[in-house]
This record gives sequence, C-alpha cells and structure tokens, in this order.
Amino acid sequence: MGDYPNLNNVGLGYPHLKQIGGDQGLKRIKAVLITGRSYSQGMGIEFGKLSQQYRRIMNYCEMNEEDMKEIGVTAGSLVKLKSRRGELVLKTARPLQEVPRGVVFVPYGPWINKIIDEETHSTGMPSLKGIEVEIEPAEEHRAEGREEGGERLE
Amino acid sequence: MSEVRDVVCPFCGCLCDDLVILVEEGKIAGVKNGCALSITKYLNYNRERISKPMVRKNGELEETSLEEAVNRAAELLANADYPVSYGWSNTSCEAIATGIELMEEVGGVIDNTSVVCHGPSVLGVHEVGHPTCTLGEIKNRADLIIYWASNPLQSHPRHLSRYTVMARGKFRKSRDERTLIVVDVRKTYTARVADYFIQIQPGKDYELLSALRTAVRGEELEQEEVAGVKREHIEEVADLLISCEFGVLFWGVGLTMTGGKYRNIDLAISLVRDLNAYTKFVMMPMRGHYNVVGANAVFTWQTGYPYAVDFSHGYPRYNPGETSVTDILVRGEADAALIVASDPASNFPRKAVEHLSRIPVVLIDPRWTSTTDIAEVVIPTAMLGIEVEGTAYRMDGVPIHMKKVINPPDGLKPDVEILRMILDRIRAMRGG
Repeated sequence: MGDYPNLNNVGLGYPHLKQIGGDQGLKRIKAVLITGRSYSQGMGIEFGKLSQQYRRIMNYCEMNEEDMKEIGVTAGSLVKLKSRRGELVLKTARPLQEVPRGVVFVPYGPWINKIIDEETHSTGMPSLKGIEVEIEPAEEHRAEGREEGGERLE
Repeated sequence: MSEVRDVVCPFCGCLCDDLVILVEEGKIAGVKNGCALSITKYLNYNRERISKPMVRKNGELEETSLEEAVNRAAELLANADYPVSYGWSNTSCEAIATGIELMEEVGGVIDNTSVVCHGPSVLGVHEVGHPTCTLGEIKNRADLIIYWASNPLQSHPRHLSRYTVMARGKFRKSRDERTLIVVDVRKTYTARVADYFIQIQPGKDYELLSALRTAVRGEELEQEEVAGVKREHIEEVADLLISCEFGVLFWGVGLTMTGGKYRNIDLAISLVRDLNAYTKFVMMPMRGHYNVVGANAVFTWQTGYPYAVDFSHGYPRYNPGETSVTDILVRGEADAALIVASDPASNFPRKAVEHLSRIPVVLIDPRWTSTTDIAEVVIPTAMLGIEVEGTAYRMDGVPIHMKKVINPPDGLKPDVEILRMILDRIRAMRGG
C-alpha cells in the first residue's frame, strides 16, 4: 500500500487501522474486508438475481460509526473500497450487527467478488475474508446510479 | 387447498424436514414451519425461471429444442481438451453421480462449491479425521455449544431451535441447560443470544485456538492478551470447555476463508482432540448449500476424493490448488465448462470469471443468473425438493429423501435426466 504521511494509529488493538493523509484533504482509512452471508442476501437470491430487489438489498457495506466519522461520511454516503485487485463504490449502512473499528462487512455476492483476491495459496479457496482494503468517500459517483443498495429486510 | 406435510427444505445444510406446504390449483400458496429463507424460496422459486433450452447464435441466446441443446452441449464438452465442471451442491446425489460419469467420459475436471466454502475444512479433516456425530445426538445431549466464525441466525436460521440451544432434546430440555459460546469478529445476532461472546480480531483465529489449547492443557499463557481476548477470559472459557458433559464446536467459513485456511481447521481439530481427554467433545462444519455434503459424499465414493477431481490422465487425481476449478480458471487453462445448479459468474473472483466468459459454457440451471449471460448453451431444469424428488445429505452426513410438492412447468426435466442425455449423446458420438 506504500508509505503515507501522518500515520495515526486510531484503532486500539487494531494496528492495521490507520488514517492515511490523502490528496486534497480526502480522508482514507485502511480496514479489513469481511464478506459474508446475511438474511437479506439469502432472501435476495430467491427474489431473483436479476431483480431490482436483489440490487437494492446488496451493494452496501457496514462500517463502524467511528470509522465513518474518521473519513467524514455518514450512513447512506458512498465510499470507495480499494483492494489489491480493484476498486468498488458502495453505499454505507449503519451496521445492524456491530462491526468493530477497522473492519468493513459486505454481503457476499457479484459486486464485492470483483475486488476479492483470487490467490488461493494452493487450497482452491480465494481469500473471501480478511482482505486489506482502503476506504475513502466517493460522493462524486452518486450520479452514476450507485446509490441503490443497502435496504435490509431484517 | 391441500397440504403437503413433512417436506424437506432445499435451502441450507439444515435440511429441515418438517415443512408444511400449502398447494392451491397446482401452485404453492403458503409455507408453515419455514424460516424466512425457506419461505422466500418457496414463494419466489418461479421468478426469473428459464422456460426453454437456449443456444447462443451470433452472440444472442435463442430458444431451441431440447435435442439441439443437448447435442450442442455434448459436442462442446466432447471436443474440449480440458473441460471443467462446477456447481453440484444444489442438485440431487443422483445428478451428481451422473455428472461425475460424464466428466470421466470427457476426461475433464469436476469440482463442487465446497472449493469456495468448506474446502479448507475438508483439507483439515484429511490430516487427522474429526470426531463428530449426528445433529440428533447434539439435540439430545449437548450442554455446551460453540459457534466459531459462524452466524447461524442469519445463515442457518433454524439451527439453534431445531438442533442446539433452543431445541427440546431428550436429556437437555431447555435453554438454561445449555451454554452457548460465540466467537466472531462482529457482534452478530447469534452473538447477542450467547452466554459468552468472544470478540476476536480479524484473521487471528489460529492464535486464539492455540491459546485455548494451551489453557485446556493446563499450561501457562505467557501473553496478557491473544487476538484481542484477555488471558483470564481465555482461561475461563477453557475451564467451561473442560467441565461440560457433551460439547460441540460448530465452525463457519470465517475459519476457512481467512488467512491460514485449512491450518485453522487442523488446529480446531487438535483442540477438540485435547478436550476429549477430559470430556466428550465433537465438531461439525456449518455447511451452506443444502446438498454440498452430498456432493462431497458422492464425489468421494465414486472417485476417492471429495472435490477438485481431475480425470484428464484417465484416472482420478486430486490436488486442490492445482485441480481446483478456481485455480484452473485463474490460470486460464480450461477450454470449456459445464456448470450445474450454480452461478460462478457471480461467486468467483474476477480473474476466474474473465476466463469463464472466454470459453464455451454449458449451463444447467432453472433460473436466470449472471452465468446465463456468458453461457453458450442453457438447459433449464425442474427444481429438486419442489418439483422433483431425489436424495440430499444434511450437514451431519445423514441422507434425506427430498419430496416433490408440485408438478414442474411443461417440458422441464430433472438435472439427472438432462445429464444422462448429454452423456448418452457423447457416447453415441464416440461410437457407443
């Protein structure tokens, strides 16, 4: 990820969580991406993978509120997740299940799989959890129809 | 309105077998006893169904006859040098058995969804085996339940009420006779109903398992804190584990998808083995798709290996990392694919999907998905457990007969019949 100025260790017990001084005052943090199943995602695939409902349900990430403050976003804002494999713009949502600082949760599905790591370490299993990402605000993408997503059924 | 009783749910590895389906004029009108996932499945299974076989012509999928689709599928697979097959966890054991025969015939690779799910669990279990039992034993006897890196209230919603803490068993009758421990990075819904919630730092499962082993063996922990958990808490939990009468460790893909992968499972097995010096302790992976255990079972009894089986040498070879479909696609080696009851275009990493979209794909699946968009041949089928019957394996390895509830739409056949037609066609092309 390279060297960045102004490293502040903000997450107690989470040494990987660092605020990174970005360009033009844009705030970024490093976090660990965890993808997983959820009720909404399970129901969404049954509504149909091409359905509007599935799109509305998926396409979001859950972050700790302190982390959201750190980069100056609130629930409903757009953020960009950058991994070693690519980047993805997602809507943030207030976690229904508590997310600790330095962790970002995204439901398992076609969107997030674009940026997960295909490296299987000779096991066949790509790394679907524990992926290092950088997160930054991405409101400039709102006009591109990315604001859909983040509706949860539980 | 009529009722079909004791229906087995084709969603997750719990295979709940007590559903009551209400049928009105040949259509499903309601579901009793199901969880939200199950009800959503039964009430929406007919959405986005594919009604006719399709073959891609000039870049567009066009409806065609079943014979033409089967012929095209047979040609693509028979003429490929290194065809791969993937899916198989949402279909019957009968279909899986036929699929393995087919891939052996064409000298390809056959893999199932455990490769991106509990594959590392299977690898860990290879090393030393694992002490396990049926869910019925757990329901009747277990007084300590651990869900490690698993959130069953969201992924297997009735697991707690049918088989573990909330179940009324023969010897354990109520919630207060059982202790629930949840280990997770997030404070999940399951963690909220636990007696003990251990919040672990991401990717530190191996460290915490090691520390628990140390404590269980009565050795001194040198660190004040491991994986974000204080030493005294680790020792307290170790005492709980030792002093229970019948403990069970359920683990989720939080252990298999993160750093360490199968090594985490290896260590979990070692912990359970250590605990059996003091008490009765068993373990079980929380399997996701309703017949992924069946896929592993049928693969194993037919080829000797549970997934990632390569027939290209004329005999079965197994070497995950080399013969796993994920790796083969990422390396760009396959030149045709047979996908059955799965959507790898959604679920694989981008690099694997990119290669899949460059090679001819034969898709056997009832509904539209992202994989339909890249398929060369699409053959829709009837759904197991709703429109056709067959066998599936519950997460504890118990085979269960899946019932038929209503008739399939006209012209749709079960997966097993379609696969048999393709196999027969390939054999006929090769002179019987």
